Amino acid sequence: MTPGTPEEVLDAVAEALAEGTPLEILGAGTKRNYGRPAEAGRRLSLSRLAGITLYEPNELVMTARPGTPLAEIEANLDRNGQQLAFEPADYGAVLKGAEDRDKTGGATIGGIFACNLSGPRRIAAGAARDHILGVKAVSGRAEAFKSGGRVVKNVTGYDMSKLLTGSFGTLAVMTEVTFKVLPAPDDSRTVVIPGLDDRAALDAMTKALTGPWEVTAAAHLPKPLAQRSWVARIAGANAATILRLEGPAPSVAARAKGLGEGLAGFGTVGELAHADTRALWREIRDVHPLVSPSALGPGCEVWRIAAPPSEATAITGRIAGNLRTQAFYDWGGGLIWLAIGALDDMAATKRAAIVRAAIGEAGGHGTLIRADAETRRTVPVFQPEPEALAGLTRRVKENFDPKGILNAGRMYAGV
Amino acid sequence: MKMPKPDAGVIARRKQIVGALRDIVPGEGVIEEVDELRAYECDGLTAYRELPLIVVLPRTVEQVSRVLAYCLANDIKVVPRGAGTSLSGGALPLADAVTLGLGKFNRILDIDYDNRCVVAQTGVTNLAITEAVEHKGFYYAPDPSSQIACTIGGNVAENSGGVHCLKYGLTANNLLGLQVVLMDGQVIRLGGKHVGADGYDLMGVLTGSEGLLGVITEVTVRILTKPETARAFLLGFATTEAAAHCVADIISAGIIPGGMEMMDRLAIHAAEDFVHAGYPRDAEALLIVELDGHEAEVDYLIGRVRRIAEDNGAASVRISADEDERLLFWAGRKAAFPAIGRISPDYYCMDGTIPRGRLPEVLTGIAELSKRFGLRVANVFHAGDGNLHPLILYDANIPGELEKAEEFGAEILKLCVKVGGVLTGEHGVGVEKRDLMGVMFNEDDLKHQQRLKCAFDPKSLLNPGKMFPILHRCAELGRVHIHRGRTRHPDLPRF
Repeated sequence: MTPGTPEEVLDAVAEALAEGTPLEILGAGTKRNYGRPAEAGRRLSLSRLAGITLYEPNELVMTARPGTPLAEIEANLDRNGQQLAFEPADYGAVLKGAEDRDKTGGATIGGIFACNLSGPRRIAAGAARDHILGVKAVSGRAEAFKSGGRVVKNVTGYDMSKLLTGSFGTLAVMTEVTFKVLPAPDDSRTVVIPGLDDRAALDAMTKALTGPWEVTAAAHLPKPLAQRSWVARIAGANAATILRLEGPAPSVAARAKGLGEGLAGFGTVGELAHADTRALWREIRDVHPLVSPSALGPGCEVWRIAAPPSEATAITGRIAGNLRTQAFYDWGGGLIWLAIGALDDMAATKRAAIVRAAIGEAGGHGTLIRADAETRRTVPVFQPEPEALAGLTRRVKENFDPKGILNAGRMYAGV
Repeated sequence: MKMPKPDAGVIARRKQIVGALRDIVPGEGVIEEVDELRAYECDGLTAYRELPLIVVLPRTVEQVSRVLAYCLANDIKVVPRGAGTSLSGGALPLADAVTLGLGKFNRILDIDYDNRCVVAQTGVTNLAITEAVEHKGFYYAPDPSSQIACTIGGNVAENSGGVHCLKYGLTANNLLGLQVVLMDGQVIRLGGKHVGADGYDLMGVLTGSEGLLGVITEVTVRILTKPETARAFLLGFATTEAAAHCVADIISAGIIPGGMEMMDRLAIHAAEDFVHAGYPRDAEALLIVELDGHEAEVDYLIGRVRRIAEDNGAASVRISADEDERLLFWAGRKAAFPAIGRISPDYYCMDGTIPRGRLPEVLTGIAELSKRFGLRVANVFHAGDGNLHPLILYDANIPGELEKAEEFGAEILKLCVKVGGVLTGEHGVGVEKRDLMGVMFNEDDLKHQQRLKCAFDPKSLLNPGKMFPILHRCAELGRVHIHRGRTRHPDLPRF
């Protein structure tokens, strides 16, 4: 079904509820393979429920229907020198297993909020959940409701907009989202330190992020992955630790100089200008170093691990001791992108157990982003929750979708 | 203000409950004497008072867990309380409820500079977190005006803001992890020392939930490097329209100041008389615009903001010459509430948020209401994010004047909603704005909020009577109604 109005969404959900037919909720379907395979008898596509309904640049706010293409939103923002500061990633290449860079794009704003996407600027500007202001939705009870509003400061009632952000369509079908937009920086530069091993890179990133330079992104590409960059200076580097600065040009220049001096102890520091900076961080955002082409062959699994930054190299070290892996670091080490080569003689559940045990010691969250459908059905895709929390998650689901008709089982078995 | 009818059965069992709580929290952690209970009878919204049934002050998470499990098993309501600085009655006691005070959870547990975070027990004050890390050049960004007293757990419960949240975000955006005790005594952890956890964003939901979903016992917040420099503009305008236009132009120019505050004439005069900050007395509106960050950036932005202010006809433009002067500029704004307290026996602080561009018409509307109710009003405004704090001046000793002030306040909030804004920006709904929820939300909106409550607290024992005008039973909310007449829609496009 492809409803074109919020009323038609309500009708479609009411019909599914009456029949007991579970629905798979889709935008453009670019992230269908993200999460567990949903149990569905019918598809509900929001691709026709599209369009920007409000954009007030002076108020830093936009409202859009869920099926609005991200490209349309970004084009409108760009005309006003604005952006989505949370820098939503495009997982197209990761999820589709694309071997070429053309199989990306097409994401919708609803999908971006449903999956709570973010990007390298996460450490400075937050994720989708930090930018959503209000939502209109239809719950699994076939009732329309709204939450939040269009202003940044709002504590009127529970923040249900955050609840729906990152809920993968398992609680309600969004029919409208209102979110914060922010000025895009005039200029950007990337400070590059070549040749560091992972541990030294982590120290360099920590130093950069605890100094006065207002670094808006910090990542490290170990040697084999740096060579896959399309930015020549990075491809030629023997590993690259990269630190982004954004803002007015005079500020960026002064901060880059200060940061370079501050990190001189780590080696010879170089700089990338605005155009290369944009290209490079898009690669990091979209996980291209691991997947385009696949670092470990087409059958590799890809994990996204969020953990305390100081634990990053310990986690990757523990996993590498047991599996054939490649990894790079974003968020100053707080995000690890890890690929595991296909090992015919080891069960997927065993591989996952090794990864989760390595994260568990550090207190982090591991999400299996890319794997075949069978693996995603048998291995917990999202970080397994302790029983008290899992019980709460189930009760939230039951209260919003008691008959389990919305993306059933997409996040956890039964949720 | 109508509160849920106290349960006479629970009140009759008071002695027995005291005994059971003493078994869980030995020593002086259970308060039952009226004289001592008096200290807990209200929060920052002092117009409403009620003696709690009992106050319990646990010291450990295990005690909190056992107190809640006991209360659940015995159908006893619980009102969680931090420092009691809520301005909306969020911590107002109930005659048949145990007030669960978290003041003894006052230790910072871990300062982790490499991961840029602090782990604190729930009762640590907001300011104490900054004080614990400032010698290393760090700070905790959200700075509600009560930061010297309010607790970090209370900040989470209310999603507190402050003057710097325009650039640095609210509590929700600076939170990494929580430990929470649920009403059934189970302890859960959300997030950690990292961002980007998956699963439902229950941390986001608990933030701003006003003590209705769980009892927060531990908070992990991110700390930031202190900006290298900060300088403040003091801009006087002949009209509020010109000041509002200046705010819009600054934002349109792509500048997000560290803070951007507006005061109207009455607030300017009251503050100036009180702290002598050098505010222009002839101005109708005053803007304080603070630029912070790297020195090169601040220098550059000062030039741009100055031009924008002049283009908008600012009658006076001053930039702080040094740190003392910057603090003096802020001193007047930060003392605005007590300054109003000097010129009026009582004042009532409102907290609506509006789209910034609607400010002139909302101020005009407030002025008209002021005439209609015969009460003066001073306006203090977080101009950058549209959060208004009209202060209604009244005298509680004049019969009927408090009620008149409340009615005036309700009209202001309705006006905020009418122009696309909301009832409360940072003070919370509590008991104060509970009965206005219907202005913003319809029945189905409120039912879905309460279904979230049912997932956490199905017997509705945590902080009842706050936030929601009508309490539905979870059993009733849980029924699935299949709407008749909504059967097949053959006209729906399908594939």
